[in-house]
Amino acid sequence: MADTHIRASADALLRAPASARGPRDPAAIIRWTLLAMGAIVMVMPIVYMLSASFKYPYEMYNLNIIPKEPTAENYAYVLSDGRFYRWFANSFFVATCTTVSAVFFDALVGYALCKFRFRGRLIVFIAILSTLMIPTEMLVIPWYLMSRSFGWLDTYWGIMFPGMMTAFGTFLMKQFFETVPDDFLEAARIDGLNEFQIWWSVALPMVTPALSALAIFIFLGNWTAFIWPLIVTNSQELYTLPVGLTTFSVEQTVDWELIMTGAALATIPTLIVFLIFQRYIIRGIAMAGLKG
Amino acid sequence: MATVSIQNLVKAYGKTEVLHGINLDVADGEFVVFVGPSGCGKSTTLRMIAGLEEVTSGEILIGERVVNHLEPKDRDIAMVFQNYAIYPHMTVRKNIGFGLRTSKLPKADKQKRIDEVAAILSMTDYLDRKPAQLSGGQRQRVAIGRAMVRDPAVFLFDEPLSNLDAQLRTQMRLEIKKLHQRVGTTIIFVTHDQVEAMTMADRIVIMKDGHIQQVGTPAEVFHKPANVFVAQFIGAPSMNMLDGVYAGGVITTAGRRVAVALPLPDGAAVTVGIRPDDLRVSDGAALFEGTVSVLEPLGAETLAHIDIGGRDVIARADGRAPPPVGARVHLSADTANMHFFAPDGEALR
Ligand SMILES: Nc1ncnc2c1ncn2[C@@H]1O[C@H](COP(=O)(O)OP(=O)(O)OP(=O)(O)O)[C@@H](O)[C@H]1O
Ligand SMILES: [Mg+2]
Repeated sequence: MADTHIRASADALLRAPASARGPRDPAAIIRWTLLAMGAIVMVMPIVYMLSASFKYPYEMYNLNIIPKEPTAENYAYVLSDGRFYRWFANSFFVATCTTVSAVFFDALVGYALCKFRFRGRLIVFIAILSTLMIPTEMLVIPWYLMSRSFGWLDTYWGIMFPGMMTAFGTFLMKQFFETVPDDFLEAARIDGLNEFQIWWSVALPMVTPALSALAIFIFLGNWTAFIWPLIVTNSQELYTLPVGLTTFSVEQTVDWELIMTGAALATIPTLIVFLIFQRYIIRGIAMAGLKG
Repeated sequence: MATVSIQNLVKAYGKTEVLHGINLDVADGEFVVFVGPSGCGKSTTLRMIAGLEEVTSGEILIGERVVNHLEPKDRDIAMVFQNYAIYPHMTVRKNIGFGLRTSKLPKADKQKRIDEVAAILSMTDYLDRKPAQLSGGQRQRVAIGRAMVRDPAVFLFDEPLSNLDAQLRTQMRLEIKKLHQRVGTTIIFVTHDQVEAMTMADRIVIMKDGHIQQVGTPAEVFHKPANVFVAQFIGAPSMNMLDGVYAGGVITTAGRRVAVALPLPDGAAVTVGIRPDDLRVSDGAALFEGTVSVLEPLGAETLAHIDIGGRDVIARADGRAPPPVGARVHLSADTANMHFFAPDGEALR
């Protein structure tokens, strides 16, 4: 009696992990269904974008994924248009500059807010945080007025300046620097480093995962930014890729196949950036696992 | 190498004073250990010497120099922290060499110095590893190495061993002591472990609530504790404390009489302290009589908790044949080994 009881519970124990993975567990079914739905919702636009970039215009509004008559003509057209390269380069330049600048200043300010005690620290922090609550759509008006009076309209600097430092990044970095024990900074102080060197060569290397994540966010945000670059630029030579792509549709008809092709090409750098920084993120996590 | 002199050192955080005027002179090459319960101000004192905390009032001298307003890097000190504070993204060699970053030595000399230090700490084989690939004791050695390369006048240690397991702690304790004998640099070492303090120090500074209770050699603080706090803090298990009344050369305590001449008026309250080692289980003429309530075997000896008329005292008994629980035992102690304290806690002789 006791023996069968033990056997039964042992069986249950052995079965439990298998059934949790297996298809018969209703919870697992629900989980997998939800995940699959989520994945489809996320992936569909991308699949559609890729599919459309290989279609002729007549097939544009058919929702079939595999084009009846696949063609590379769209790519040939987009890649032969000199404007595309110009916009691509503009986007790359703008996104790189803002990413470098924003990561640098966010980390610097976040560090100062986290590790230094000074008068007005809390007020500064709250002021920075409060800007997070204002949407870009509302900010473009003051940005525009400001750019006009400084003569920044239709310049690279005009496109970039709002993103040279971000409130979100400052907040993120401040939180991450909390995880760096003060002992490290004090040891460096005793070793004779000045405060900037301490930040640069001791504190920063200890938050590389956060820096990488922030760099990805900021790069993607700027790469895909649309409203502000559209407003601040006038000349085609200064368009960023998202702004430029819309002009493929300014002619009589909307050339969606060309827009989709441009968009497909535009995802390539984002993938590269992600792949580069992802390595650092993983390495950083491995390093952060080292406890005292 | 240098002397360290602390004069009327006060530290306040806002309106709360946490150090109330500390005076201490550390001789050149001396190994001084600060010990005391948590929150007594050991770290604060050490950090003020290092220059990591501002001095509220008083003076700190390293060598003959007042260092109150010098930056930590200009004080010619090196500090080892409790959680090592070695950089995870650098190899052992880089970590040790970090202390030399700002030094003007030629590169070859720096490498030589790093190699020397690594050899002293037996870390030569690990120079190219990252801290993640080291054990706790090795990491702490790296931290010590980083302090050593700079050849400072004073080493400051803030509980460097408390993250290590008991065995490693004992080993590192010995190594630090050897290191001190070898390099002869002045060391100020903070710990809350009285065994660590006793075993390593030339002199122990016992602190409590921001005051120094006593400064003395391990033998002095053990055999001549200045007050009740020191008497109970140093030595394990703690000294037995019995309240009594003094009258005409005799103390009455726990219903017994102890003849001793003390500078006290008749009827004065007095506390008698007897270390468990000095309280022996005996057959003949005894000071106290009681019942064994609990036994704590330690191997070589056994700690016997003995109830003497409502009070619990601890005596050290033989490890092989301790009296059984419930047994009636006699306890004797030599008056010469007893400690007497006035009601304010100060030692009477
Ligand atoms: N930044 C601070 N602000 C306010 N009070 C502080 C600060 N740092 C320390 N204190 C107080 O000063 C007192 C002494 O602290 P300290 O760190 O020197 O203690 P300690 O003897 O090193 O204790 P432990 O053994 O726990 O390390 C404590 O009561 C502590 O609360
Ligand atoms: Mg401390």
